[in-house]
Parts: sequence; structure tokens; C-alpha cells
Amino acid sequence: MSKAVSALGGVTWTDGIATVHEAPLQGMITVRGDLTSKGVIKAATGATGMQMPAQGTANCNGTKGLCWMSPDELLVLCAYGDVAQVLDGMRAALGDQHGLAVDVSDARALFRVAGKGALEVMAKLAPVDFRPSAFGHGMFRRSRLAQVPAAFWMQEDDAFHVVCFRSQAQYVFDLLKAAGQKGSEVSIF
Amino acid sequence: MLILTCPCCGQTGEETEFHAGGEAHLKRYGPGSSDIEFEGYMFMRENPKGVHFERWRHVYGCGKWFHAARCTMTLEVFGTYPAQTLSPPQELRDKISEKRPGWSWRDFA
Repeated sequence: MSKAVSALGGVTWTDGIATVHEAPLQGMITVRGDLTSKGVIKAATGATGMQMPAQGTANCNGTKGLCWMSPDELLVLCAYGDVAQVLDGMRAALGDQHGLAVDVSDARALFRVAGKGALEVMAKLAPVDFRPSAFGHGMFRRSRLAQVPAAFWMQEDDAFHVVCFRSQAQYVFDLLKAAGQKGSEVSIF
Repeated sequence: MLILTCPCCGQTGEETEFHAGGEAHLKRYGPGSSDIEFEGYMFMRENPKGVHFERWRHVYGCGKWFHAARCTMTLEVFGTYPAQTLSPPQELRDKISEKRPGWSWRDFA
């Protein structure tokens, strides 16, 4: 087996109004199904120990979490090395109920944008209302960053987690760097 | 710029997060239909100045289709509603009537 590496090898950029850091490999499992069905809830909560997230939110703690992607889709976060084991558990919990759980860890890249300017950096790139009254802790949003799809949430203050497709990781990293250039604060928030 | 709220995931975004899917509430006429019916289904479209109904897809979000009612002249969005319906909900029609008295669109008013 070859050694698994993240898209950009854990690159970090600190020369701007926010720091951009590519997170190490993160286990990600996509769950499709009726999010109100017992089997799906049992599979998702059992895998992470987290509560089911409400619409448009994410319950995350460290590398574990549950993110609400759409009315019939959930993103399950877990440690990269545990994915196979977690998947087995989830499939067992689903039983014969309709649902789908698939490992997508290697199809994605995860960035962490942190610092005082993180909010500004994100607001420059995504057509999303980032005012603190509209977007805060625990909220989860799928949208776009410039020209590519991305999903993001705030796990702690002034820090965003950004998930994008692995093939677009370099593009997203460059975008975040460009939007985070020194002296480019808009100071709108 | 249109500000749309997806009725499936409840998120509000501007139009670049969505994709327009053409006119709403088209009835398909397939094999066995008359040429006139098929022509109407295939080519005939409303081109209103004012109230219009369209299909949209939340392409960068939840990926779901939905319907939107808007004004083509002012770009005001009257509302959005789920795709699983054959006509706009009465509530939305009443709301449009308040703002654009006497409006009509195809068979709806």
C-alpha cells in the first residue's frame, strides 16, 4: 500500500490577515437517506457520539462531527484511520433500512482558516451573509468559494473549517491566500 | 441580483449559488401526443413583463430543485416553493396579488 497523504501535504500560510492551514487527513463519510429514520440516526450518532445536527448546523468536536448537508445528506467526520471500522458499524446500524454510507475522505480536502481576518477572507469569497447575527458558531453552510463548491463551518470563534474537493485544493488554497493578503482588510464586520 | 431562499435546505443565497432551470409548471407531451401539443411543450414559453414562475436548482448547496416566483421587471422575488407541485401555492398567489393586483400567468391568477 502506498502512504496516504493529504492534498497539499499539510501546507501552512501565515503571511496575511488570517492563517490558512491544510488540515491533516480527515475521515469523512457521506450518508444519504432519510435523516429522520431511526436507522440513519442510530448509524450517525453511534459512529461519532454526537447529537444529530439540526438543519443548517454542524455538531463537531475535534476530528469527530456530524454536519447537515441537505435534507437527505449528512457528512460524518471521524479520525482518518477509523473510517473502515466506523463504516462497518454504521452499515450494521443501518441494517436493512434504506440508506447509504460511503467513505469520501480521499475525495476531499480540509482547510482551517483562522485569525482575526478569517471572517473577512471567507466573506470575500463566498456569497454568504457572514454577519455575526446571521452566521455563527455551529452553523454549517454549503456554498461556493469563487468558482468552486465548498462547505464551511465555525468550530470556534474566528476560525473556519473549509471542505472542498481534493482536485480543487490548490485552487482553494490560492484563493484563500489571495483573499488574505496583508493590508486587504475591508473592516466591514 | 436575485436573493433566493431554498425551500429544501432553508438557506438564503444570491443567484450565483443557484442555477436557473427555465419556466415552471410545464406539462410534458411525449409519444402519442399531437404535433401541436408537442410543439407547445417543446417551444412555447411565456415571456412576461412582470410576474413569472421559474424552476431553480440550489446547485452549490443542497442540490435540490425548487420553484420561484419573481418579477422580471423589478427582479423582486415573491417567494419560493417546493418542486413537488403542479401549481403555485394559494398563499403565494395571494401575496403576489397584494403586490401586483390583476396579475395573471398562463392559467394562474
